[in-house]
Amino acid sequence: MTRTLISQAQLRRGRSRFLYWSLLGVVVAGFTLVFLGPLYWMVTGALKSGQEIAQTPPTLWPHDPQLQNYADAWNNLDLAKLMFNTFYYAAGAVFFQLVFDTAAAYALSKLRPVFGNVILGLMLATLMIPAMVLIVPQYVTAIDLPIVHVNLLDSPWAIWLPLVANAFNIFLLKRFFDSIPEDLIAAAQVDGASPLRTLWSIILPMSRPILGVVSIFAVTAVWKDFLWPKLVMPSPETRTLSVGIYAFSGGTPQNVVIAASVIAAIPTVIIFLLFQRNIMSGLTTGSLKG
Amino acid sequence: MAIMTASGVTRTAPPAPVKARGKAARRWKDNLTGHAFLIGAVLCFALFMWFPMIRGIVMSFQRTRRGETTWVGWDNYTRIVADPSFWIAWKNTFLFTILALVLGYALPFFVAILLNEFRHAKGYLRVLVYLPVMLPPASALFLFKYYAYDPSEAGLFNAILKALHLPTSEWMQSPTMTIPAMVIASTWMNMGSAVLIYLASLQNIPGELYEAAELDGAGVWRRIWNVTIPQTRLILALLAMLQIVATMQLFIEPLILANGAGTQDSATSVAYLIYQHGFFQNDLNGAAALGVIMLVVLAAFSAVYVRLTTKQD
Repeated sequence: MTRTLISQAQLRRGRSRFLYWSLLGVVVAGFTLVFLGPLYWMVTGALKSGQEIAQTPPTLWPHDPQLQNYADAWNNLDLAKLMFNTFYYAAGAVFFQLVFDTAAAYALSKLRPVFGNVILGLMLATLMIPAMVLIVPQYVTAIDLPIVHVNLLDSPWAIWLPLVANAFNIFLLKRFFDSIPEDLIAAAQVDGASPLRTLWSIILPMSRPILGVVSIFAVTAVWKDFLWPKLVMPSPETRTLSVGIYAFSGGTPQNVVIAASVIAAIPTVIIFLLFQRNIMSGLTTGSLKG
Repeated sequence: MAIMTASGVTRTAPPAPVKARGKAARRWKDNLTGHAFLIGAVLCFALFMWFPMIRGIVMSFQRTRRGETTWVGWDNYTRIVADPSFWIAWKNTFLFTILALVLGYALPFFVAILLNEFRHAKGYLRVLVYLPVMLPPASALFLFKYYAYDPSEAGLFNAILKALHLPTSEWMQSPTMTIPAMVIASTWMNMGSAVLIYLASLQNIPGELYEAAELDGAGVWRRIWNVTIPQTRLILALLAMLQIVATMQLFIEPLILANGAGTQDSATSVAYLIYQHGFFQNDLNGAAALGVIMLVVLAAFSAVYVRLTTKQD
């Protein structure tokens, strides 16, 4: 344990020790209230009836739990379909990001073709451009792809392809590949391995942690995104969860909208609880080394 | 460096008569292999980043009517700027950005310093702070809209305020509370990532620095001021920039919490105006011009940022 702001010896002393434990108690209780409280309110609120939700003061737990709200959300909003769509887009996003971004990062890190650094620079420059600035020209491009003149509206490609253009992922992967010793690659070449074979049999097996991080980020990016899927998936059949819930929110009882929001949040929360270590390490390494 | 990566293709190629020419051919082939690996990502960047970037600028000087595109110079810009909602949107966006910096930028740093001192329940606290980051923003915002910001006394926030004998608020229905309410919701949703990034950088501060400061008689606040802040300066500056870029794009909060513009346009943001022009008023060119204006404003911020951060070194 490294030394921080306050030394450990100091914390063991009488008054500081008391202060430390009471502060810890306050923070744990406070954080639980602030960050878990709203989620509790959301899950139980969606179980309340219309009258109970309008009651003052609000009830802490539902007196007459209405599972019907969740059932209504599931059936009336066709959440199964919306969830399938979102999952399908997320799976494709993981696939295409892993294929194209690892290939690109491998080329930039190990193959280093001419103009590689220029390309990397142009990619990283896009990190500085806010998404809202590009939304209109991106949309115009998606409805009429240059040269081939294909309309991507309502096609999953409209979600998958723009997500491949992720400079952060390529940078993260490249940094990781940079740390793989050059000797290993050279040895593979002496054994006659092609670049693809080297990538597949040497680089990828060593890069599992970072590939996991990229995959998790891809899933959550699709799950959390709102405006882009709202624009490029206009039909009710191709919508994502978030867009679908928003579209229905106008004419649907509040409790049912909240029940749907709870259902929409479950997959990412489960992913987070399962992979929190990977997510947190990915988040911190990516930002710190950058 | 490309010579090191001999491909399978080069091995089977017949030996060239002149050594130099063989080398060149091999390098050419290696480059080809490298670019083959790059092509997928490069195409996606070209289609959805580089090309739209240029296209957005071009579009902002054009006008498309009934399928016919003409060059109109600065017309879109003058038209956009003449619209009173342009200035309201910028005022709201700046106010949101400033408040979000005060709350969403300082608070995570403070929380990270606090968490870094704890030797217990660290994992639990970290999971808690990051949990809202994982929620789909639409889900979280409906929670705020319907349950927290309910203007009646049945709303969560009003119930708490009432229990504390404080005046209740109309939240999104009140023009003065709209922006603070959006800042609170957005800080709750997003502060987790900043906390984790700060925590990681705090853990890199050498303990001897605190040791030395303590021996010199520096109290806790002095240690934060003279050790913690200088040591995390770069990350602090970087996150300030990222926070400005992120908050300037305020969009989903007004859309969901305030049904778009909000009471008396109190929620209209520049990003929301882009959306309005582009996808409701059928004015893609005006929206593109707004996008370029936003880019210029952010570029100006970046320039100031680069100036400030390089001066200190």
